[in-house]
Amino acid sequence: MWDYTEKVREHFFNPRNAGPLDGANAVGDVGSIQCGDALRLMLRVDPETERILDAHFQTFGCGSAIASSSALTEIVKGMTLDEALQVSNQQIADYLDGLPPEKMHCSVMGREALQAAIANYRGETWVDDHEEGAMVCKCFAVDSVLIEDVVRANNLTTVEQVTHYTKAGGGCCSCHEGIEEILSNVSAERCTAPMPPSLADAPKPAAQPIAIHVTKPATEPAARPRLTNFQRMRKIEETIEAIRPMLQRDHGDIEVVEIDGKNIYVNLKGACQGCMMEQATLSGIQAQLVDALGEFVQLLPAGMLGLSARR
Amino acid sequence: MSPIYLDNNATTACDPAVVEAMLPYFTEQFGNASSMHSFGNKVAQGLKEARVAVQKLIGAEFDSEIIFTSCGTESDSTAILSALKAQPERNQIITTVVEHPAILALCEHLEKEGTVVHRLKVDKKGRLDIDEYKSLLSPRTAIVSVMWANNETGTLFPVEQMAAMARTVGAMFHTDAVQAVGKVPIDLKKSKIDMLSLSGHKLHAPKGIGVLYLRRNTRFRPLLRGGHQERGRRAGTENSASIVGLGKAAEQAMEYMEFENTEVKRLRDRLEAGILAQVPHAFVTGDPANRLPNTANIAFEYVEGEAILLLLNKQGIAASSGSACTSGSLEPSHVMRAMGIPYTAAHGTIRFSLSRYNTEEEIDRVIEAAPPIIAQLRKLSPYWNESGPTAAEQAFAPAYA
Repeated sequence: MWDYTEKVREHFFNPRNAGPLDGANAVGDVGSIQCGDALRLMLRVDPETERILDAHFQTFGCGSAIASSSALTEIVKGMTLDEALQVSNQQIADYLDGLPPEKMHCSVMGREALQAAIANYRGETWVDDHEEGAMVCKCFAVDSVLIEDVVRANNLTTVEQVTHYTKAGGGCCSCHEGIEEILSNVSAERCTAPMPPSLADAPKPAAQPIAIHVTKPATEPAARPRLTNFQRMRKIEETIEAIRPMLQRDHGDIEVVEIDGKNIYVNLKGACQGCMMEQATLSGIQAQLVDALGEFVQLLPAGMLGLSARR
Repeated sequence: MSPIYLDNNATTACDPAVVEAMLPYFTEQFGNASSMHSFGNKVAQGLKEARVAVQKLIGAEFDSEIIFTSCGTESDSTAILSALKAQPERNQIITTVVEHPAILALCEHLEKEGTVVHRLKVDKKGRLDIDEYKSLLSPRTAIVSVMWANNETGTLFPVEQMAAMARTVGAMFHTDAVQAVGKVPIDLKKSKIDMLSLSGHKLHAPKGIGVLYLRRNTRFRPLLRGGHQERGRRAGTENSASIVGLGKAAEQAMEYMEFENTEVKRLRDRLEAGILAQVPHAFVTGDPANRLPNTANIAFEYVEGEAILLLLNKQGIAASSGSACTSGSLEPSHVMRAMGIPYTAAHGTIRFSLSRYNTEEEIDRVIEAAPPIIAQLRKLSPYWNESGPTAAEQAFAPAYA
């Protein structure tokens, strides 16, 4: 059960100013039925002084949504419109002695209804620019949309950086897996390195261990003349050279270390090294090599060189 | 005014007889069942009896097919991870969109690691399409995991038929039966079900005890290693007091099975009819003709579930809701969404789940209390106008986020 303050409970059980308002000349409708919240704020504004004479609300929502609406009407009564525009969602939450972090959006909805109602009175159209995501960090009430925006704007790559920028993940650490997922999603969409065909159109990256990733050659291998060893080596080098600029654009790079039969050992360098998309990058390059050579090859990290020699 | 507990699908009260059976295991019977001395011996005897009681309740052929775990979630995870590990040549899971998060969240995680997960959809009444299921079964299917009864609506799935179909392609079949065990008769030896999860606290045993039924000759890999307990299939010293409690609860569940399906069902039907007769724009979700005898899930349109629960709670009535707000997530229950219940109704779903302890007086009190609460909240709702939903021309159309 939610840990509601006495004030929230009181405003929920005995909401002030509930129901339609006769003579309302400013109405703000906000919310989203999808999220389970919708609020209509009705104000009666004195045209002379622009003072709010009365305020009523109708709310579809949970306990804290109804309490926030009730609090909002109490706060704005008697204010001028300009004063009312200064009311922040924190003020609504403070009026109720605080809201649980997951419920802060109820106070945000109250502030938005107020802005929408005032816009309605002034004959303007109010545009909602507020987007809300699922709560990721419960310690500091940070949602997924905020984290994603900050990650994108600042090219963040680690959980630690996200914590420094947003505080998310700086408390109990239980959301680190969720933050990592956002990081890998964002880096997947930004990464220009080749992707394996299976991932190229998939929105989410799915890490696949390269050793078992078998990409079927796009063309029938038998149709091509067999390459000599030298031709084959050149072909591999040419393919890798063509890919390098893409990796360099992402501040990464690749070098071929050894070619042993169907195993090609490479080093990923720079930003590609340790990147969350490392496996996908390797799979993508492997697919291109398979295509260019017309035979199945396996791209392996150079670190595995010793391992396979023992086999 | 004594409180009325109608949230038995969430958890149940421990039966007094169960508590009594457990008490000696906190005091004189404190021994470790594995020990060679008499302290351990008696505990081992208690575990054996409990195992047989659970075996009888679910109709298992052998008592060694019962593995005690810590909870339903552990049983679910053990079953699915074992099926994948024991059959490396198979990497697909078939499950449903309405499973408990214990299954869904695990599948989502496995998907990221490369496992292919198929999720069967449901229709408006929460029923599966068997033809769709048939088309997904293949030699690559490692395990099918389908719940016996849905926790939110009580809708029953044809798991016995589905298990037989899974067997034809050599796939394992697991069912999360935490809601069904004790409420519907189960006879596993006559089925092709390979694994079944149950949870003690859903049938008047304490929390922290679960069971994984594992059919003999089913390939298995343990989740926990480090001891010979449960024949090495679940290491860790046995939770002897809770196991004995579960044994007692299983015996009682057998005794009350008939009662569950007659008297409890009658009270459930009375509650449902009583509320629906007074509240317009309300309907039962799921498949009313084929569901658990104790569960009623009613959608009240144009009002929000958490607000209903808070007002019910003020009158001492405990139920639960599929609204987004009760969980802190942004979306309403995945089960309601899967059935295509509109948002205006999905947020207002209330689940009443009864037990054998509920009385007719209690049910009548709820029938009296609920309708005014809905009316009171609808008065506050911008979607509601005096006596009905707002007409289309003046409909509430907020600026959506």
